[in-house]
Amino acid sequence: MTSSRNSQRPVLEVMKIADAHSLLGGLATLWRMTKIAFLTPWTASLGIMATLISAVLQLIIPRLLGHAIDLTQTLAQDHSGEARAALITTALWVLLVSALRGVFTTFQNYYSEAVNHHTGVELRLRYYEQVQRLSFGFHDSVHSGDLITLGLLDLDGARQFFSTGLARIVLLAVLIGFGGVMLLQIDLVLGLLALSFVPVVGWFSSVSQLRLRLTWRDLQDRMAVLSRVMEENLGGIRVVRAFGAGDYEMGKFDAASDKALTLAHDRVDIRVRSTGIMTLAFLGSMGLVLWVGGEKVMAGTLSVGTLTAFLTFMTILQMPVRQLGMLVNSFARTATCGARVFAFLDLRPAVASPSDAPDLQLSDIALRFENVDFAYPAARDAPVLRDVSFSARKGETIGIIGPPGSGKSTLAHLIPRYYDLTGGRITIDGQDITKVSLSSLRRAAVVVAQDVFLFTTTLENNIAYADPWAGVEAIEGAADDAQINDHIAGLSARYHTLVGERGSSLSGGQRQRLAIARALVPNPAILIFDDSTAAVDAATEARLRAALQEGAAERVTLIVAHRLNSLQHADRILVLKEGRLVETGSHADLLAQGGLYRALYDLQTNAEDRQGT
Amino acid sequence: MTDRPTPPTLRAVVGSHRIAEEIFGTVYDPTIIRRIGAFVRPYRREFVVSVIAVLVFTLTQLAMPMIIRHAIDKGVMAGPAGMGVLRVSLVVFGLTIALNFIASHVQETVVGKAAENVLFDIRRAMFAHLQRVSLGFMDKTEVGRLMSRLQGDVGSMQEFLETSVLSVGDIVLLFGIVTLMLYLDVELGLITLAVLPVLFGVRLYWLPLARQSFIAAHETNSAVNGALAEGIHAFRTVQAMGREGVNASLYRDKVLANLATHLHAARLAQVLVPVVDTLTGLSMALVVVLGGSMVLDRQLDVGVMVAFLFYIQRFFDPIRSLTIQYSVMQRAMASGQRLIEVLDVPVSVADAPGAVDLDQTDGSVEFDHVTFGYTPSQPVLHDLTFRVEPGQTVALVGPTGSGKSSAMALIHRFYDVTSGAVRVGGRDVRQVTQASLSRQIAMVLQEPFLFTGTVLENIRYNTPTATRESVVAAATALGADAFIRALPKGYDTMLGERGGSLSTGQRQLLSFARALVADAPILVLDEATASVDSATEQLIQNALRTLLKGRTGLVIAHRLATVRRADKIMVLQAGRLVESGTHRELLTQDGLYARLYRANYASFDDSDGGV
Repeated sequence: MTSSRNSQRPVLEVMKIADAHSLLGGLATLWRMTKIAFLTPWTASLGIMATLISAVLQLIIPRLLGHAIDLTQTLAQDHSGEARAALITTALWVLLVSALRGVFTTFQNYYSEAVNHHTGVELRLRYYEQVQRLSFGFHDSVHSGDLITLGLLDLDGARQFFSTGLARIVLLAVLIGFGGVMLLQIDLVLGLLALSFVPVVGWFSSVSQLRLRLTWRDLQDRMAVLSRVMEENLGGIRVVRAFGAGDYEMGKFDAASDKALTLAHDRVDIRVRSTGIMTLAFLGSMGLVLWVGGEKVMAGTLSVGTLTAFLTFMTILQMPVRQLGMLVNSFARTATCGARVFAFLDLRPAVASPSDAPDLQLSDIALRFENVDFAYPAARDAPVLRDVSFSARKGETIGIIGPPGSGKSTLAHLIPRYYDLTGGRITIDGQDITKVSLSSLRRAAVVVAQDVFLFTTTLENNIAYADPWAGVEAIEGAADDAQINDHIAGLSARYHTLVGERGSSLSGGQRQRLAIARALVPNPAILIFDDSTAAVDAATEARLRAALQEGAAERVTLIVAHRLNSLQHADRILVLKEGRLVETGSHADLLAQGGLYRALYDLQTNAEDRQGT
Repeated sequence: MTDRPTPPTLRAVVGSHRIAEEIFGTVYDPTIIRRIGAFVRPYRREFVVSVIAVLVFTLTQLAMPMIIRHAIDKGVMAGPAGMGVLRVSLVVFGLTIALNFIASHVQETVVGKAAENVLFDIRRAMFAHLQRVSLGFMDKTEVGRLMSRLQGDVGSMQEFLETSVLSVGDIVLLFGIVTLMLYLDVELGLITLAVLPVLFGVRLYWLPLARQSFIAAHETNSAVNGALAEGIHAFRTVQAMGREGVNASLYRDKVLANLATHLHAARLAQVLVPVVDTLTGLSMALVVVLGGSMVLDRQLDVGVMVAFLFYIQRFFDPIRSLTIQYSVMQRAMASGQRLIEVLDVPVSVADAPGAVDLDQTDGSVEFDHVTFGYTPSQPVLHDLTFRVEPGQTVALVGPTGSGKSSAMALIHRFYDVTSGAVRVGGRDVRQVTQASLSRQIAMVLQEPFLFTGTVLENIRYNTPTATRESVVAAATALGADAFIRALPKGYDTMLGERGGSLSTGQRQLLSFARALVADAPILVLDEATASVDSATEQLIQNALRTLLKGRTGLVIAHRLATVRRADKIMVLQAGRLVESGTHRELLTQDGLYARLYRANYASFDDSDGGV
């Protein structure tokens, strides 16, 4: 394994989000999220409309109740009949407005939620597509765990922008704006007193939510460390037991756990401190309204109903004002999480074909490397292949060997364009592989990888992975050629047997043979074995070679191997050293040449004898 | 693939099937309450304090409309004489606010922190317990499953602990409102309270429906997340096999199914809002009409009517939180059940009473008629007897499932024998302390396991006596020093997840170095089967020789070179020792070993039933 491929960095570093913390960058992110929310224009508009209406209805109720109180007062003396009738009318209004408010609140909540979910669907589909589209070079450079966090946590944080941000801002604007104006019109002084808690609560709520937001990431990080300590301990429990390291591991756990707990306590303090002050401010201004309002009623300049309306209005306003901080939180969250998600979605795959690229046309199946130079994207100044040229035709089997780090596997990965060359070109039947569609190229050239990834589904689905419409015969035929059919036939559920997590219920050799069967199903024109029989024993490997003989006449076969006996039968063997092609020829030729191949051969065959004696 | 006729069957899925776990349990299970209660007990003072605080808090909430009522009726409406009463009411109101502030502060701080403490304690207890349970349990249990106990289930206990104190307040609030309304005016109270049972009834009818949709949404969530994780882990295979298109459409199906369950859940969550609002509206309308008439008839003070309107608006809050609390409690019970399951996994291998430390050994290992099975009825080792002399290297060979690994595990007492005895340095391993036993035995596992941390920390691991110098010396002796120094920060280089940035051979050398630093008289080693190139292979062979020098070695051998160098080869088949002797002796015997040898297998045990 070349080390340049494995230098992973945090995904955020790879994506270079420059404007994540600038105000303009944040606004741009919010605007993009808004546009996505309005991809379902009707749902979003209904959500906003319902929010407006339910907010207005909320404002009406205190006035109706105040009116009812006044009715019991002003007309108490002589017009009691009229008053009773008016009370009934008011009561009906109260009932109607309450019911309508309920209905519109339902619409408001439902449509806002729906927009959130539609936004989530949109982001998830784009995200998944992007994961599949980005090149090997990108995936090599990031931790898979980071990509999962980004696609789960950050995406989830960003998708709720509509309900927590947009709809809430409408609600607050109506309640505080309309409601405030209404109160101030009725009584300026009392109105100011009633609204005096708004800035205080808004401020404290915003500050505490922002601080909670900032510490949230820290807490997630600390919890991730704790998780990792536990996960590694449980995964490596045999090492832990073997070294009697229980106490040592408890020490690691306690250190991680205490760090997380301290922060959790801090967050409790942040939360509690502000809620207390918010409640105090709210109740304080309520007391002031009662005081000043009470004296005004006594002085006859205010009706007791209006005082009630003020107090009721304040209770209604309380919740939304407390949520002002959540609004701030939502904006901050959307700006940071959204920026990360968009930065990922905006990445362009390094390996791509022009959209109008024609499909690869196969005729003779002639593969040519012309002066190929290559270096991994992460280390462009460390060439892995230099000036490699060779060609292969249909029916040929080419072996590739060389000391570790000589570029064997890399060479194999260039044919299906996992990476693009830094110099020279590769052609198949005269067509430059960068000029044809990527899908047709990868259908023609298949690599059986060293490290086998099996999916947690049936054996059948795994074998038919490249061609899920393949018939039973094709699947069993491929399995038979790959020398895995006998094993599968012996299982009780045969091809419907579920493969355990990461294929754990299969031995290394079985996994490799399954991967070979999977590569045989689409019947590729160029089949590349990247050290993919290392765990298969020699006898089975010989049977495998014989079974593939027939198909090999119709394709180009490349075998990259450590073990010399895996490629002794190749028509030609390419010997690589430090990225250069140093020797070419058949097994016998190369032995006779007495060069690097001969040296590798001697090392491998004599090692055992030397150590045996 | 694209221009095919209508496909017969699509053999494709994205994401894996996982058995979903129960989300809700029974509401009240005394055993669970008792067991979890044991973790709360150290914090009982905190919980008592917060219950008191929550009661005070609730009482202040109840008092406020009463104060307003008093201020209006006895102050504002009583003419100039009422001014004093208004002032007094305002002072009382101010005091109530202060009390409210203090109580809520105390309650939230104390209970919030205590709940965090309890759940960190529970997690610690579980983790500590898992360090002691039998390896048999650990082998059978997926790490992911245990992690969801340690994280998810512990998390739902936290939710429960925090809200349980609040629900005390909710109950008091509900009863308080009812009582005060009846106290203010029995008739009006009874009439307006008539909607309460309706509210409760509707809510209870709705609960199971909402729960189903909640579960469905939860399940489709994990399906979508699982498929995404798979897509990320499998990108090589996906792109190599050109599966992007099929996967995208399968993923879309899952995402849309998830959307449907969420929209359904959202509808259900919202359906009660108009009912509640209408019922609240009805109560208020009743107060307006009936209460208003009573005020007109001077049968009721206007302040009472105001207080009624305030109380009605608070009606539904406690009912809603109580029904939410009901669900939280059920979730907590299901989680509690799973937590207890972990805490109750038996510790089958424990120090015997009176176990002594095994300080000095000659390094001999002896199996005396050992029979062993992971379940006693199915033995994997039968009457195994052999002795390894101090300083000897023994190679164990045999096909997969022949019992080699089980035998090795018994030396370290990972499991207890069914009958017979395993002796290390002449002492039965069951009569010595496990801690001292592990100091006598160093182990190298087949899969080298590295922890997140520096190279130095990984090599030193649990050997407190190891200095930086001794770590470097060990690495140098094994030929690992060169590559370690070539790493970005040498010995202080942080290794990625499971040593991901190192090659297979390098990881093996580090795990050798860890064993060398531990410097135990006995080495148990399970040779790696992964193939490495010949140069690395030779490096590892040399390292192995260094590692075995001067100690007793038991090696599960896969490589011919290792086998041939051993002082003695023991061939296991189906849990029995079938042959033993040197390489030459065994070849002369022409038995199983000779057959395996001639078949020229890459390793002796991946012969897949070919024997």
